[in-house]
Amino acid sequence: MASHRIESSNLVSRLSSIVGKEDLLTEPEDLVPYGFDGTAALKQSAVCVVTPRTVEAVAAIVSLAAAENIPVVTRGSGTGLSGGSIPVDGGIVLCLVNLDEILEIDPANLTMLCQPGVITKAIDDAAAPFGLFYPPDPGSMKISTIGGNVANNSGGLRGLKYGVTRDYVMGMEVVLPSGEVCWLGSKCVKDVAGYSMKDLFVGSEGTLGIITKVLLKLVPRPKARRTLLASFDSMEAAARTVSEIIEKQIIPCTLEFLDRKTCRCVEDYAKVGLPTEAAAVVLMETDGHPSVVDEEADAMAAIAESNGAITVEKARDEAHATKLASARRTAFSALARIRPTTILEDVTVPRSRLVEIVSFVEETGRKYDLDIATFGHFGDGNVHPTILTDETDTEEMERVEHALSDIIDKTIELGGTITGEHGVGLAKKPFLPRQFSEASFSLLRQVKVALDPLGILNPGKIFDPAGEAKS
Amino acid sequence: MSGKKAVAPLKYMGDLDYSVVQQCMHCGMCLPSCPTYLETKKERNSPRGRIALMRSIADGDLSVTKAFGEEMYYCLGCLACTTACPAGVNYPELFENARAEVEYHGVLFNPERRFWRWLTLNQLFSKHWMLKAMGRLLWLYQVSGVCWLVRKSGVLWLAPKNLRELEPSTPVIQRHFSDELIREQEDPAEVKYRVGLLTGCVQDLVFPDVNRATADVLLENGCEVTTPRSQGCCGSLHAHNGDLDQAADRARALLDRFDLSSLDAIITNAAGCGSHLKHFSNLLKKDPAYADRAAEWDRKVKDISEWLVEIDFRKPSGVSDEAVKTTYHEACHLCHGQGISSQPREVLSSIPGLEMVELENATHCCGSAGIYNITQPDQAGKLQKEKVACIEKTGASQVVTSNPGCHLQIQNGLGDSAEVIHPVRLLAEAYRKEKQS
Repeated sequence: MASHRIESSNLVSRLSSIVGKEDLLTEPEDLVPYGFDGTAALKQSAVCVVTPRTVEAVAAIVSLAAAENIPVVTRGSGTGLSGGSIPVDGGIVLCLVNLDEILEIDPANLTMLCQPGVITKAIDDAAAPFGLFYPPDPGSMKISTIGGNVANNSGGLRGLKYGVTRDYVMGMEVVLPSGEVCWLGSKCVKDVAGYSMKDLFVGSEGTLGIITKVLLKLVPRPKARRTLLASFDSMEAAARTVSEIIEKQIIPCTLEFLDRKTCRCVEDYAKVGLPTEAAAVVLMETDGHPSVVDEEADAMAAIAESNGAITVEKARDEAHATKLASARRTAFSALARIRPTTILEDVTVPRSRLVEIVSFVEETGRKYDLDIATFGHFGDGNVHPTILTDETDTEEMERVEHALSDIIDKTIELGGTITGEHGVGLAKKPFLPRQFSEASFSLLRQVKVALDPLGILNPGKIFDPAGEAKS
Repeated sequence: MSGKKAVAPLKYMGDLDYSVVQQCMHCGMCLPSCPTYLETKKERNSPRGRIALMRSIADGDLSVTKAFGEEMYYCLGCLACTTACPAGVNYPELFENARAEVEYHGVLFNPERRFWRWLTLNQLFSKHWMLKAMGRLLWLYQVSGVCWLVRKSGVLWLAPKNLRELEPSTPVIQRHFSDELIREQEDPAEVKYRVGLLTGCVQDLVFPDVNRATADVLLENGCEVTTPRSQGCCGSLHAHNGDLDQAADRARALLDRFDLSSLDAIITNAAGCGSHLKHFSNLLKKDPAYADRAAEWDRKVKDISEWLVEIDFRKPSGVSDEAVKTTYHEACHLCHGQGISSQPREVLSSIPGLEMVELENATHCCGSAGIYNITQPDQAGKLQKEKVACIEKTGASQVVTSNPGCHLQIQNGLGDSAEVIHPVRLLAEAYRKEKQS
């Protein structure tokens, strides 16, 4: 890795001449806070951080890095949950938060063009006055950047009905590992000119190129929404309810669940009035035309009741809806304060296998004597087993490793995926070969080598470079 | 952790339970709430960045440096991050210990700074008689016409820059301080509760009328009010500025002034003090003579609006012919520091003749932040401007807030365009009008 070190102050001064002193950080007090992202128990110190304000500067930085064979790790707000934006030893951290302008809203074509550092929530806020809607709503939307969302193909609570980030990316500008700037995609709904290259970059976790502009699709803003909260004495009853709702061709925008342990923690922390015997709580939301949502809400309530729900509460108004939704919204907060370290997983299975994975996680917690609670997205099979532990306790962390490994194996056995919305990064890198066959895994490497032959963009994320020992 | 460097031993952060720093899972949810991060977009200027620095120091990977010290003082201590934090990180404890560590290591030392710290922390805010004496002099300066003369003559240009910039924002000292307005014990018509009243330091000199109004509304609600004489600073100023030892002394001094067991509650009307007053047990946990009393104290300290709602205060009757457009600024140390947000609104909504309009970004810091407007005037000025712009948008002629620092900062920013007032003043006034009619 000798070539990967920034030793010459010459490099620092060249970076400084590109971005200016203000946007180049090299002092330890400035760098320490860039040594991690939102992932538990992972850190690596950065050597320098650049925060450019123009695409030209980004291209110049990448050209310089390519010439000197220095790794570049791109990051936004650093809220990632797989360690994808953790610095690489000896590399440059390219932080894009200063590229934060919305460049165009086109109500005729229902698109928005923005820079990568724009905050996700700001996109939907800017669309709202036009009666438009940007649906993907990852948990960190108040601070996550759209660049990071695209690079990780982030999901959110509305996945079942509205899809994920990928479904809204119509085009992008990318700085390639050579420093060249290229545009991919267009404002056209139909566009089959060549390979769909933009799709290669969605979810590429900063390993193929640096996204410097994003063209997003917007949709009409739903005019009404109805919220329901139902509790059940078994996960099976909840699952039957969800299946029946979908069988009746109702596609709610939100179908979220909490397991028994999460329910207890939420009740202890937020006192939202969940029944103590609840083994599963499901939050359901339907949005669209006012008369349709009323009808759908009534139908969902009836289905829950016919499947033996302990309680079914329908929101009377906006304030009541917020109160009902708070049971799900506070789930993570309620869990995160119990132990010093909170490890959030995001294995995903086909919807029909959700009950199996949730009960397997429960068993695994018992087997390894660990605190594991599960909540997540019932509608799309994406679950968040949350391990409450202490990273300084090596013995317990060993049990955590075993539990994680078992959960991953079970997920794959059920035809699922090791990550539904957080990405592979560093945290799930060891598990990826278990999910992929030899041929599909080597395809990943071939794509990487074709686009980034020097291997300077976020090396060691998703998979290790060919020829290097697996970590 | 490999490669540990030899660093000077930690006095305050070394004592901290490591799980407090570890509780931060660096998710980043605090970032959009932090005024300094929003200003610079640099991680070190964010709560999780600062905690990362503290953790590095606790781990021995980083020493207590001047840059670390400056960072700790760039933080406003507004605690907006604690409201945003999903993991319940105890940021106030981290922040106070980190500042204490900065002072212990002397990394920000310079003679001028030392003098001002000595004058304020060791003298004026440790000896209330001295603060009152200085208050008297300032009052004389303000009422005698000297102040007018100084401002008109331009003689201030001879003064050092800091003083020159601060002079126009000097608070107006009142003629009578709290002890002259409130008797040591005052009795309601019928005693339902017994409470102690905290009169504060700045509040005592600048807003003794708020203290009087607090006593009035308490009496109206069946509270027997005990107000020990010449109480002085509660130590929040010391704790927020890295002097935990003197803060503990101030806490002990205050505890000695109240007969806790005979009181149902200790009432404060200053948000910044209240959020500190509720954590005396933290400060005195290692002092066996005081630890138990401090815990009881913490349970009994109540902000006035919190207490009023708790005892289901009497709503003033009567109608007003004219509605005064009023908005409410949430003092950081009330909403973030104490989680009190609905109670002041409940008090206000009970008052006839107020047309309440919601303030945009009501929970954003106004830049006062203790003495931040003196130590970091640029950042404080930006926040003051933003706050004033939001207030002006409401068209309100009256801004209600529950902290003397916010009161002065906002009034200075607004000039004559609207009046800033404490909620108990309005409630006391409503009770008074009720009697007149």
